[in-house]
Amino acid sequence: MKKISFQTLFILALSLITMFSVVSCEKKTTQKLKIGAVFSVTGGASFLGDPEKKTAEMLVEQVNKAGGINGVQVELIVMDTEGDATKTNLAVKKLMTQDKVLAVVGPSTSGNSIAVIPLAEETMTPLVSCAASYKIVNNPDTNKPYKWVFKTPQSDSMAVEAIFTHLQSKKINKIAILSDTSGFGASGRAELQRLAKDYNMSIVADETYGPKDTDMTPQLTKIKKLNPQAIVNWSIGPTQVTVVRNWKDLKMDGIKFYQSHGFGSLKNVELAAGAAEGVYLPLGSVAIADILPENHPQKTVTRQYVNDYNAKYNEPLSSFGGHAHDALKMVFAAIGKAGADKAKIRDELEKISGFVGQHGIFNMSADDHNGLDKTAFNMLVVKDGKWAFAD
Amino acid sequence: MDSAFFFTYFLQFVISGITIGSIYAMVAVGFNIIYNVTEIINFAQGEFVMLGGLIMVIFYNKLDLPILIAFLMTVIVVAMIGLLIDQIVIKSIKQPTVLTLIIGTIATSILLKGAAMFIWGKNPYDLPAFSGREAINFFGAVIQPQALWVIGILVVVVGLLSFFFEKSIIGKAMRACSDNQDAALLVGISVKRMILLSFALSAAIGAVAGVIVTPIALMEYDRGAMLAVKGFAALILGGLGSFPGAVIGGLLLGLIEALVAGYISSGYKDAFALAVLLILLFVRPHGILGNPTVAKFKKF
Repeated sequence: MKKISFQTLFILALSLITMFSVVSCEKKTTQKLKIGAVFSVTGGASFLGDPEKKTAEMLVEQVNKAGGINGVQVELIVMDTEGDATKTNLAVKKLMTQDKVLAVVGPSTSGNSIAVIPLAEETMTPLVSCAASYKIVNNPDTNKPYKWVFKTPQSDSMAVEAIFTHLQSKKINKIAILSDTSGFGASGRAELQRLAKDYNMSIVADETYGPKDTDMTPQLTKIKKLNPQAIVNWSIGPTQVTVVRNWKDLKMDGIKFYQSHGFGSLKNVELAAGAAEGVYLPLGSVAIADILPENHPQKTVTRQYVNDYNAKYNEPLSSFGGHAHDALKMVFAAIGKAGADKAKIRDELEKISGFVGQHGIFNMSADDHNGLDKTAFNMLVVKDGKWAFAD
Repeated sequence: MDSAFFFTYFLQFVISGITIGSIYAMVAVGFNIIYNVTEIINFAQGEFVMLGGLIMVIFYNKLDLPILIAFLMTVIVVAMIGLLIDQIVIKSIKQPTVLTLIIGTIATSILLKGAAMFIWGKNPYDLPAFSGREAINFFGAVIQPQALWVIGILVVVVGLLSFFFEKSIIGKAMRACSDNQDAALLVGISVKRMILLSFALSAAIGAVAGVIVTPIALMEYDRGAMLAVKGFAALILGGLGSFPGAVIGGLLLGLIEALVAGYISSGYKDAFALAVLLILLFVRPHGILGNPTVAKFKKF
């Protein structure tokens, strides 16, 4: 047994593979509705992927406890992308070709989502992304959505439009923009520049900083010199807290400060140690379930989600989990109507209308695979360390 | 724009630059201590800073210890972690060459980052500023009181270290190890103990940097790598092995970043800092204060 020839090894390996594939074939006959999920559970974008994974697992548990979809249990297969496009690609490929899932929810970030569009199109599997970029649902060649790809978060452009609309109501048209150099910041910056013309905004300063920078005083000092009426900042992570503190330190309160929806966690307000007072930002309804008026259409769904999540995980809800909530619930709804047929599920997803989700009311169509508009954002202001509706 | 305004803005940029430069300088000093004894670059240096900030969060915010005691405890705990790294990682590498040791420190940095993610989660943490957050007006520019603490502590740390390495017998022994380990061993210096000490000392300095920077910029588990890169750049700029060089390199790097962000373009500030570094390396490959004759005898 000292020398195993190459051929023997090869045959051995081959027989093993066949054995396993037979086993996996048998497994498939136990009827379960398989749904794949790819989130950035660890890594730089874990603040997105972690609540998304928890939300998805909670919803599947709930639906199975209630008897499944039309009596069939759901099996969720979660994969971690670590925020890496290559790993995302492998994970999605495995889900779509080996596990043969009916639909995939995720990925968490725009870059990862764009990277797997070709996979969804090739394998003809519906993919509902939890990332914001409008490029996910817009094929630049046809200017229409990709056939198999949907997304639930509001586009950056909607947040920009919500901010610009609010600025207009305040009679402000001279603004400075600040952004970090991450994908999120760069995409927001591009949208701010693109839409400024439509809203008659003149951008007097356009400054950036690194996602791990510790001080934005130079950028703000430069902006102060140019004397704009408002600053719009687009970043994620600790920098958006530092920048607010620097704004307060430099006594720039006279210049209104607008944050992106990335600031939408009360943790950030707390970390700003009082400096965030008076900061404006656009947010989806889920983040403000408590202060939504009783007659608001999203009041019930958001409050239920928040309560369930707090009870199960004993931690405050991040609004990002809501994107996974909307994605998975729409997939459930589509499977409920179409059954275990990928093509029919896709058609049902496209037909969704009036779906009340965490981040807005979705109306999908063949031309719109997101289904939201700028009304999906509420303009809020930080008041006494809490969110309040901005007037 | 009149000149008073011009001066105010310039002052503001300089203050920001010096504050952030002080942190880079402290990371660079930490690199230097280990380098001077072992000739390796400890790439886990940034992780010491991260641990300093986050452990202080436990002692101060969670356990409510008085600030001075919390500070000392943090520095001691991180110094112990430094000791452990030497004992577990550096000592257990079978064939210690400069390259394998450096790879060992990179592995350690990844390990520490992962461990911190498990312990503290992925959210950033804050510490209260030592003497309030009310900004001080200084000729029209504003300074956070914490920035003065950062600059002051840098001066104290560098002063103490210079004294330690120039005057004390242990400090001299540590320097002897860096000059020639075999010769140091022959005159009765325990090289192993000096290496151990160098890890504890540089971890302690990293921890100090972490504690003082957290009130300004928050701290989260993956901040270490960025600080290590900036500190390393400062180190090369100032000259590997030189303490005054590390300080000058750090401050210079901070100033370049702040002034470029203020006067040219914030998007290019890192590019400018690196360009200056490259130009300097072409002109003076051993850094501003590095000694070319000494550098010839070093392995790295």
